[in-house]
Amino acid sequence: MSIELKSVSKKFGAVAAVNDVTFSVNEGELLALLGPSGGGKTTVLRMIAGLELPTSGDIFIRGQRVNDLSVRQRNIGFVFQNYALFKNMNVFKNIAFGVKIKKWKPADIQARVEELVQLFGLEGLEKRYAHQLSGGQRQRVAIARALAPKPSVLLLDEPFGAVDAKIRQELREWLVTLHHELNVTTIFVTHDQEEAMEVSNRIVIFSRGNLEQIGTPREVYEQPRNEFVARFVGVMNVLDTEVAGGLARVGELEFPASGHPDGTKVRIGFRPYAVQISSDLTAHRYRAVLRHTYFLGVLLRVELELPSGLILRARMSKEEYAQQGLADGKPVSVNIRQYRILGSDSESLRPEVATMYDTIVGAGEGI
Amino acid sequence: MAVKRFNPLPGFGLTMGYTILYLCVIVLIPIAGLFLRVFDLSWAEFWRLATNDRALAAYKLTFGASCIAALVNAVFGTVVAWVLVRYSFPGKRFFDALVDFPFALPTAVAGITLSNLFAANGWLGRFLVPLGIEGAFTRLGVVIALTFIGLPFVVRTLQPVLENFETEVEEAAATLGAGRARTFFTIVAPTLLPAILTGFALAFARAIGEYGSVIFIAGNKPYHSEIAPLLIVIRLEEYDYAGAITLAVVLLLFSFALLITINLMERWASRFQN
Repeated sequence: MSIELKSVSKKFGAVAAVNDVTFSVNEGELLALLGPSGGGKTTVLRMIAGLELPTSGDIFIRGQRVNDLSVRQRNIGFVFQNYALFKNMNVFKNIAFGVKIKKWKPADIQARVEELVQLFGLEGLEKRYAHQLSGGQRQRVAIARALAPKPSVLLLDEPFGAVDAKIRQELREWLVTLHHELNVTTIFVTHDQEEAMEVSNRIVIFSRGNLEQIGTPREVYEQPRNEFVARFVGVMNVLDTEVAGGLARVGELEFPASGHPDGTKVRIGFRPYAVQISSDLTAHRYRAVLRHTYFLGVLLRVELELPSGLILRARMSKEEYAQQGLADGKPVSVNIRQYRILGSDSESLRPEVATMYDTIVGAGEGI
Repeated sequence: MAVKRFNPLPGFGLTMGYTILYLCVIVLIPIAGLFLRVFDLSWAEFWRLATNDRALAAYKLTFGASCIAALVNAVFGTVVAWVLVRYSFPGKRFFDALVDFPFALPTAVAGITLSNLFAANGWLGRFLVPLGIEGAFTRLGVVIALTFIGLPFVVRTLQPVLENFETEVEEAAATLGAGRARTFFTIVAPTLLPAILTGFALAFARAIGEYGSVIFIAGNKPYHSEIAPLLIVIRLEEYDYAGAITLAVVLLLFSFALLITINLMERWASRFQN
């Protein structure tokens, strides 16, 4: 176990930024702290680094309790959102800063910096100052600088926040490759769920200082523990209704809700991929009109309007779309193949643990 | 064929013309007049007037005291700016306003106040004089007055630079294992150095030209505590215009050389900025 947080809380005055958070990070893992801004994820990262002290709870790094260790003694590498390069030093000196403090031999320092310069593709830039580098180069210098003293963990705060979309994508892939090569335990903070899904081994989801769920990208996507996670990780159709006669009805849609007594308010949630669409009007139970198609690349997002006026969001591949001969305004038949009944306290983002239904719903599901 | 070129910023001709006119009338023509008058003198005569013992002592005092005062301001002005930017405390705005006080106060008032303060029976003097520290009517008095009038320069040039300094940079140094002292001397101070040098140069230049406050506290003993600007006034009062102009030109050339040197140092210190 590389890092462990046990019941860690942090209060800024009366405001609780982090609330009784417990989780652990495995050696060599690439972990994302995901959540909306103000969710407490950066505070958690800063507490691991020692830049903030927890109000209560314990933090362990490689089995050692580090609460009383200053940031200098924790042997962590931290990459700041704005990179925080030393402007008065060139690239070489920036990278060498940490190992110089550790009093490495000059020859070892030289070798270590050269190794990182090569690994990070910074050859020829050693003599440059921060203002002479591009955003991507600055970030690589910042990561190289953090890694130079061989930290036990690499912490990155919004590592892709400050660069434009195209470079962002490159950097993501690069970070994954880098992590493969170095295998250093890495924790990064992001508010972008796509980024977290793509890059990390596991995701920790925060909201309002609470840990909502921890799991692999697949787990948090397919088995969200509550509505907040379900909505935050990926798109979800959420419909409010009430159970009557063992069924939750929304417009013409019917969802079996056995186990929920009549009169209970429930929310039905389903992912866009769970919506099946066919141009064969007899193929599925419900009828709908394809209202609008959004081209996102390989995948398309479509909006369906049911006769009752209900709007559903669905997702399908380009090939399937073409195969079915679909187009805006075309009538289609629709089915919802998988859904979940979410907790009933409608306002709170912390509903009870949802029940997972994998049962086949309605007619025409045999395809 | 001439192609008419348009500048996206209008008014270049007008503003440039005004700038040149302004600089000519206010700066260049008076200086040129000064040099024209000095060319009336023979070289030998100029040299004699410029390098007599009394003049040399005055230069030494003026530049020496100005340099010491500017150095003191560079150090303590940095501390003041640091405190004003980094910490919040009751009365902060009042102290901030106080920094500009030396700008606003008539220099003669400053000189009289300071000399009363440091005189043997003054508030500070009664404690300091028995210890052998004589602030009034000595060379030390010159330094005190020049320090007073130079304080705002370093503080005011440094404040915006400090405000823009990211605290993350210091945190980054800490995560890499650096202690406070190392962080300050290897990262914070070099980053601030260009601004400190600018403040130093301004304070230095201001101190060389200072007259009003110094003459009240310096005692003005020839060969000992007499500053160069005062000596110029004395020469004028003796109707020795040649002597006054010679001193003025020497002072001017020295100041110019110093400012250029400091400017070059500044450029070197800010080599890592765009």
